[in-house]
Amino acid sequence: MMNVNVQFREDGNVTRGLIEGEIDTYTAPILRAELDAIRVANGMLIELNLSKISYMDSTGLGIIVAFYKKVTKENAQLKLVGLTNRLGRLFDITGLSDLMDIEMDKKVELSYESI
Amino acid sequence: MRAFDYIEIRVPAKSQYASVIRLAISGLAMRIGFTYDEIEDLKIATGEAVTNVVHHAYTGHEEGEIVLGCALFKNKIEIMVADYGSGFNFEEIKSKIGPYNENENIAMLREGGLGLYLMEALMDEVKLNNEGGVTVFMTKYVTREQVVENVERITT
Repeated sequence: MMNVNVQFREDGNVTRGLIEGEIDTYTAPILRAELDAIRVANGMLIELNLSKISYMDSTGLGIIVAFYKKVTKENAQLKLVGLTNRLGRLFDITGLSDLMDIEMDKKVELSYESI
Repeated sequence: MRAFDYIEIRVPAKSQYASVIRLAISGLAMRIGFTYDEIEDLKIATGEAVTNVVHHAYTGHEEGEIVLGCALFKNKIEIMVADYGSGFNFEEIKSKIGPYNENENIAMLREGGLGLYLMEALMDEVKLNNEGGVTVFMTKYVTREQVVENVERITT
């Protein structure tokens, strides 16, 4: 069963989230609800680790953008970390990597597990 | 004998079948030697087309279907994603698809254009047809000659 899983933990002034799985039109509502539930306070840093995302398309990008807007509105910061080359490319070609704070994962992806 | 194998898959126009379509695309693209990155491109582009059908094509109609048509050539894959309730003639529809029309696209893909933008960025060719339903027609070429040779070796 394909799914998406989100886990958050507080780490001082940083809230770290790990998103795992496939984000598409089916799983999108789960991710959207998880991110909507996050309480964003002034000055907070939220770090989303996207390294375990095996599939994402514009549906997922839209959710990330919506969350980015919510965080920015509260004068907090959002940082995306652990992006694979594949995912990074998606943020590059849509222009989002110019707008958002993004840190790529260095390791080369050779896995076929998402197929 | 025609120069391609044609595969058609029909699923209910429900979001839970989007991953099934992507899985099919992966398997078919692998047959003709696309790289891992190219297969990911194909999955996303096809996923965008499927998402569009799920969100928009059947508003108010519960029983819709998504038809995925794939033509596998030696050096390219042609993918059609359509919301026809009944099957379609691949050659006939392919011949009817005209050049890209920006105004038409916006009306058809109300997602805001990011989905269509990604399709165009990830595929070599994207065309849309509005006649009797929405059809997205996309082509991607296998870029590396040596990969094609590898696949031939495996399949013989």
